[in-house]
Amino acid sequence: MTPLAGYLLVAALLFSIGLAGALTRRNAILVLIGIELMLNAANLNLIAFWRYGPHPEALTGMMFAIFSIAVAAAEAAVGLGLVIQIHRHAHTTDLDQMNRMKG
Amino acid sequence: MTPHDDLLKLLSHLNGPLPIPPQAWIVRWLWLIPVVPIVTSGIIALLKQPWRRLSSGLAVGSLGFSLLLSLIAFAHVMSDRALLLYFGFNAAAPDVVNFTWIQVGVANVDLGWVLDPLSAVMMVMVALVGLLIFIYSIGYMKHDENYTRFFCFMSLFAGAMLGVAIANSMLLLFMCWELVGLTSYLLIGFWYQKPAAAAAAKKAFLTTRIGDVFFLLGIVWLFAQTGTLLFYNGGAGSLEAGALTALLAQHAGFGLCAAGAIGLLIFCGAAGKSGQLPLHVWLPDAMEGPTPVSALIHAATMVAAGVYLIARVYPLMQAGALAGGTTGALTVVTWVGASTAVFAALIAVAQNDIKRILAYSTISQLGYMMAGLGMGGVAVGMFHLITHAFFKALLFLGAGSVIHGCHEEQDIRRMGGLKADMPLTFATYGIGMLALCGFPLLFSGFWSKDGILEAAMHWSVAKTPLYMLVFGALLTAFYMTRQVGYVFFGFNRGSKDAHESPEVMTVPLVVLAFFAMALGLIGTPAWPWFRGFLDGRAVGFDWHGFIEPGLLALMAISTVVVFVGLGLGWRLYGDQSPKPTEPDVLEAAAPLPWGWLRDRLYVDELYGVTVIVFYGWWARVAEWLDRRVWGGAVSGVAWAFGLWAQLNRFLDNNWVDGGFDKGCDELASGGGLLARVQTGRVQTYLRLLALAVVALALMLIWSSRA
Amino acid sequence: MPMSLVFYAIAGLTLAGALAAVLLKNTVHCALALTVAFAGLALLFLELDAQFAGFAQILVYIGAVAVLVVFAILLTRGSETPKDGVYSRNWMAGLVIAAGVFAVLGWAVLGSARSLPHKMAAPTVTVLQIGNALMSRYVLPLEIVALLLTAALIGAVIVAMHEKEGQK
Repeated sequence: MTPLAGYLLVAALLFSIGLAGALTRRNAILVLIGIELMLNAANLNLIAFWRYGPHPEALTGMMFAIFSIAVAAAEAAVGLGLVIQIHRHAHTTDLDQMNRMKG
Repeated sequence: MTPHDDLLKLLSHLNGPLPIPPQAWIVRWLWLIPVVPIVTSGIIALLKQPWRRLSSGLAVGSLGFSLLLSLIAFAHVMSDRALLLYFGFNAAAPDVVNFTWIQVGVANVDLGWVLDPLSAVMMVMVALVGLLIFIYSIGYMKHDENYTRFFCFMSLFAGAMLGVAIANSMLLLFMCWELVGLTSYLLIGFWYQKPAAAAAAKKAFLTTRIGDVFFLLGIVWLFAQTGTLLFYNGGAGSLEAGALTALLAQHAGFGLCAAGAIGLLIFCGAAGKSGQLPLHVWLPDAMEGPTPVSALIHAATMVAAGVYLIARVYPLMQAGALAGGTTGALTVVTWVGASTAVFAALIAVAQNDIKRILAYSTISQLGYMMAGLGMGGVAVGMFHLITHAFFKALLFLGAGSVIHGCHEEQDIRRMGGLKADMPLTFATYGIGMLALCGFPLLFSGFWSKDGILEAAMHWSVAKTPLYMLVFGALLTAFYMTRQVGYVFFGFNRGSKDAHESPEVMTVPLVVLAFFAMALGLIGTPAWPWFRGFLDGRAVGFDWHGFIEPGLLALMAISTVVVFVGLGLGWRLYGDQSPKPTEPDVLEAAAPLPWGWLRDRLYVDELYGVTVIVFYGWWARVAEWLDRRVWGGAVSGVAWAFGLWAQLNRFLDNNWVDGGFDKGCDELASGGGLLARVQTGRVQTYLRLLALAVVALALMLIWSSRA
Repeated sequence: MPMSLVFYAIAGLTLAGALAAVLLKNTVHCALALTVAFAGLALLFLELDAQFAGFAQILVYIGAVAVLVVFAILLTRGSETPKDGVYSRNWMAGLVIAAGVFAVLGWAVLGSARSLPHKMAAPTVTVLQIGNALMSRYVLPLEIVALLLTAALIGAVIVAMHEKEGQK
């Protein structure tokens, strides 16, 4: 197994764990945590491919990852703000109970 | 070929080429004679009821105009005849105007009118008698509130009768025939509020209808065989040689040829209209109408229309007869006529209503006319028709005068002694009565009846009709004397005093009385002008006419018979004046036969038991058929439609609507099912997203691997 | 062996932290485990010679995001103990799907393992180079991200703000 494959596998595992967490936990914040983990796994993928891919001097992978981090930060802020607002209205963060958009 | 063509040919031989003389204007304008009274009738129908003088004036004026034209036509025929006889041609050739009314493929429906001696004589008689009766009616109907309606119908009748007289087309004759029947119905039922009058009108119409059905059959058969409806059409008419030969060649069963069978069918129509034996039942009942109606329609003219019809189609009836012999059709006519004459005369003996006696007398005399036609030919029958018209009209008008004078009393047992109270009526009535009886020499009835008896004497088939007719003459004299004795002699058994009628009623009586006597002159054996006129021969005055074999003996016998009848009647009823409650002399002597005769020999009752019952049954059958079968069929169709409609509704509701509804429901539940995907929970959506990503990735990998 | 021990250690730490973040009952414990995961990731970045990315990771994720998460958890406490447990109703479906995703990814990686490069020389990346790149080649994304961050922060503030009585 090449190093790249190892990193990729770790990233895949991380992604799956994050996905599992987002899909199975009740609390909305834990869903956001899961999403953060997924983003981080993607970042790891990017850096790994930058390191072991062609033209690492172009810095493409690194830049991508940095911008991803920035965007993730913004997204986390907004998301958590929303969760707080929802908690104010529904007095709960239980996702199973939030089905007012039921069809 | 018209007489003018013959004349022209002759004259051209004499004098070289000549300009073609046009057909005489009177022939071309002959149609005015019936049309003017009919149009007048229409105008009177539009007038208001109170305009009495205007309506009667119009009626009298129009008929006077028709009389004038008829006289001109008569004069024309006479002058033409003189000219033709001078040159040795047949002077009875008809002058016709024909035109096509409808064209149906190859066949034509033609109408037309004819001016020949027969129609000229009939026209003059109808117009003259009609005019006198109109004038009489002005006085008779004065107190009736439906005066205008009366003259409207009378005018219509006069026009229609004149139409029958001049018709050259079978169809035109039939149309006018029916119109005459219609006006008879309207006038018999003139006082329609009386149930008896309404019933009598219906009876008249229905009975003549039965005859008319056979008449129509005869017309259709004739048209089918000869291809034309016209009588005379320059050689192509149905009464001319060509058509008759064709008809003779065809056999129609019962030993008759087609001509004879058609003739018999036409005779059925004549029998209905002229009251011959089985179809006579309507005439006595028709006396429910006003007396002028009885005089004009049921004595002088309409009932004579049947006789005129037979005279008109005589070539058809006579076709195939050998010289001196006769045909089957004419034999039937003779027997029916003779039987009717005796039958009706018997019943007249026992009647007590002044008009009913005269009605049965009319039936009897019509029998005489038919017998005369059958045995002696057109001239014999027509002569009696003409004389009878005048004296019977006279008798009826006289009876009307009597009724009017006795304040609407009609039972002779409640009259009497009127010879002093109504002298003019008595005198004219006496003249009429003697003419009817056939009093010798002075009265026309003697000469016309003797003509018939002479023909009966020379009839080759049998002598029985002669004996029947002589017996009938005896009875005629007897019952007329009885009637005159009851009405005019003795003392007044009625409740009120009688008075003479006004001049407007008595003057026509006088005129008719004059004709009742004078017409005899044109039919004596010494100068048989009438016969010559109709046959188209020249006739001179010749005393040797009396020396025919057996003629003088016959005249003697008939004179004796008349006197015996008069004497018997006078003996029994002369000055007796029996009270109304007492039975008649003969009734006391022989109550049972008297009862049969008084009850009109039960002919009506026979009809009631047979024909009417049959018709009632048939009507019930037809009603049942109509209600159950045809009505059932219609209901069945309607029910089937209803069923179909219900089926459609079922289909529509359950399959179409239901299907649609079910489809919508399925759609809704499908939508409902799909909506379950929208749980409203974020994590569900995330899971689906992830699943989609997996699927996508797999697809991409697979496609890149391939 | 192709992978070093250090790699395995850091990878194990990261994964343990991630697992803990997802599995623990107490939400605050989850947030702290997340922090550990972030730290492990930062170490992995350092191992991959992406120093700037690693330090940015520490600064941003651990320093801001994790703090935010903790704040949010603390602010949304209340009736915290859910009756039906911490896992959602259909957690098995979610688990299966996650497993499926890992299966696909793992299969993709291992399937193409032969074509992946074996070892390569470590690149030398200076902050100067990064700075130059940011200002020249990636200046547009930089500005946009700046705008994005501003908007996001303002938005987050507004979203999370207490509503005044009446209308505001």
